[in-house]
Amino acid sequence: MTQEHIPIDSTETIKKTRTESMLLNIGPAHPAMHGIIRIVAELDGETVVNADVEIGYLHRAFEKHSEQSGYLQVIPYTDRLNYVSPLINNVGYCLAVEKLFGLEITERAKYIRVIMSEISRITDHLTCIGASAMELGAFTVFLYMIKAREFLYEVIEAVTGARLTISYTRIGGVKADLPPQFDAQCRNALQETRKVLEECDQLLTRNRIFVDRMKNTGILSREDAAAYGITGPFLRSTGVDFDVRRSTPYLVYDRFNFEIPVGERGDNYDRYLCRMEEMEQSMRIIEQALDQIPGGPVLLDVEGNVIPAETMVDEAKMGRIEGICGKTANVDPTLGGAGKAVYPQIEAANKEAVLPPKEDTYGNIEGLMNHFKIIMQGHGIRPPKGEVYQAVEGGNGELGFYVVSDGTGRPCRVRVRPPCFVIMAALPLMLKGGTLADIIPTFGSVNMIGGELDR
Amino acid sequence: MPDLHKKLKEKFPDKAIEIHNHRGDETAVIERGALVEAAQFLKTDPEFDFNVLMDLTAVDGLELKWTPRFEVVYHFYSFAKNHRLRIKVRICEKDAALPTLTGLWPAADWFEREVWDMFGIRFEGHPNLKRILMYEEFSGHPLRKDYPYNKRQPLIGPKN
Repeated sequence: MTQEHIPIDSTETIKKTRTESMLLNIGPAHPAMHGIIRIVAELDGETVVNADVEIGYLHRAFEKHSEQSGYLQVIPYTDRLNYVSPLINNVGYCLAVEKLFGLEITERAKYIRVIMSEISRITDHLTCIGASAMELGAFTVFLYMIKAREFLYEVIEAVTGARLTISYTRIGGVKADLPPQFDAQCRNALQETRKVLEECDQLLTRNRIFVDRMKNTGILSREDAAAYGITGPFLRSTGVDFDVRRSTPYLVYDRFNFEIPVGERGDNYDRYLCRMEEMEQSMRIIEQALDQIPGGPVLLDVEGNVIPAETMVDEAKMGRIEGICGKTANVDPTLGGAGKAVYPQIEAANKEAVLPPKEDTYGNIEGLMNHFKIIMQGHGIRPPKGEVYQAVEGGNGELGFYVVSDGTGRPCRVRVRPPCFVIMAALPLMLKGGTLADIIPTFGSVNMIGGELDR
Repeated sequence: MPDLHKKLKEKFPDKAIEIHNHRGDETAVIERGALVEAAQFLKTDPEFDFNVLMDLTAVDGLELKWTPRFEVVYHFYSFAKNHRLRIKVRICEKDAALPTLTGLWPAADWFEREVWDMFGIRFEGHPNLKRILMYEEFSGHPLRKDYPYNKRQPLIGPKN
C-alpha cells in the first residue's frame, strides 16, 4: 500500500491553529528585579503584548506615621524613602519645613547640603547603572561601581556617622559640621570615582552585548514622558532639559556651572549615557562647592580642656563641679555632636525651630531643657499654619514634599511626590511591543526604589 | 510669570472661590463643578500651558473640622513657561467624588488610584479605579484621620 503524499498548506494550518497569549508573572521577588514588584506580562511568543504593574509590597505607611510624629521625628523616616540617596530626601523635607517657617539657613549649611546631595546623586546613579548592567551580565561593572560607591559612602560616613540611615539635616541647618579632613577625603573619593567611571565607560559604552540590549529598547516619547509627569534622567533622555536645580534653583545651585545632559531617542541607552554624564556634572558641582564654601569654625575647640559629656554628667550628679563649670562637653560625632561652632551661624529667624547643639544637650541643663522643649510631645516646634510644596532634584527626578501645617506640633499632612512612581505608571507603555528580554534593561533603567515608590 | 492665581481668578471670577500665595506657592481653590473646565483651560491656554501634572493628593481636615472635609490638591507645572500652580478642590465626605483627569494627563491614573486607596475619594470616569498601595481585601482608607494609626489588618494572622 502506498501512501499518497498530501502537501500541507502551511499558512492554512497556522490560521487554523488556535493561539492564545500567555500570562507571565515576573516578581514580586525575582532575581533579575531589584525591588519587590510584580509585573504581569501578557506574552505572544516572546513579544510583550500587554503588561500590568502591581506595586505596594513595601508600603510602610510613611505618610500616616509622619502625621503622628513631630516635625523633627519625620527626618529619620525620610532616610528610608530613597535608600540609595537618603541625603536628598533629608534635604527636601527640611527645605519644605523651613519654607513653612520662612527660615533661611546659613551659607555654609547650604553648601554642605549641596555637597552631600550631589554625593548622594552619584551613589544613586552608580547603583542604578551597576545593578542594571549586572542584570545584563556585566557583573564586573557592578563590582566596580559598588567599589566607587564605597569611596563615597566612606565620605558620607565620616560626615554623618552612618552609611545609610544618616538623618543628617535638621530644620535650620545640618546636624554637624564637616570633619576636618573632609576636603581632601572628598576630592580623593571623586578622583577614585572618576577612575572607576572611566573603566566602566570602557567596559560598557561600546560593548556590543550591552549596546544591543540597551539601544532602541524601552523607548518613551517626549510627549508621553511629559503626559505621565516623568522627570529626571528619564525625561532628559528624551531631549527635554528639565532639571529642578536649574529651573527652580534651591539652596545655592544657581552659583555653579554645570550642564544638563540630554538624550535624543529616549531609550535605555540614552538613559545610561545621561546618568553617566550627570555623575560627572555632579562631581563638577561638588568641586566648585568645595572651592566656594565659606569659612567658619570647623570643630569645637579641643585644646585639652574638653570633657566627655557622660563624664561631665556623672561628676555633676555627685556635686563635683569644680573644673567643670564653663567647659564644653565633647560629644562623639555619631551622637550628633560637634555642632556647637556651627549653630551661631544658623540664622534662624525663629530660634525655637532649631535644636540646640548636642554639646549643650548632653552637657548642661539649659541645653537639655531646650532640647526637650523642642522634641517632647506637646512641646514640639510649631510652624505657622499653611501649606508648602518644595521640589528638589532627586536621583530619579523631581522629589516633592507637600507639607500642610495646622499650627500644632505635628504635621497635618506630609506628602511625598516620589519620582519613580510616575515612571512605574508609564512602564507598561515602554514594555508593550518589546520582547520579554527587554523588560530587564527597561526596568533596570527605571531605577525603581521600593522605599519611595510604596512609602 | 507672576500672579497666575490672580489671572485664574479673573478668568473664573465665580468658580475660583479663594486664592492665596503662601510662601511663593500660588494657589487657587476651584469650585468642584468647574474642575474639568478649569483643568482643560490650564492645559490648553497658551499663557498657562500646564503640560505636566506633577502631583495629586488629598488632605483630610477631620481634626480641623473643615467643612467640607476633604481637599484634593493638584500641582501643575509647565515645561515651556517654567511656572507652577496649585489647584485645590474641596469635597464633602458624603459625596466624596470628583471627575477624573486621566483624559488630560495620563499621570492622573495612578495618582487618583492612590487617593482612592488612601482617602476613599472616587474619581468618576477613571478607567481602572482600584487600590494601588494596599491590597484588595483591605477595608477602610488608611490616610483618613478617623482610621486608627495603630490598627493592623494583616492578610494572614491575628486581626484587631
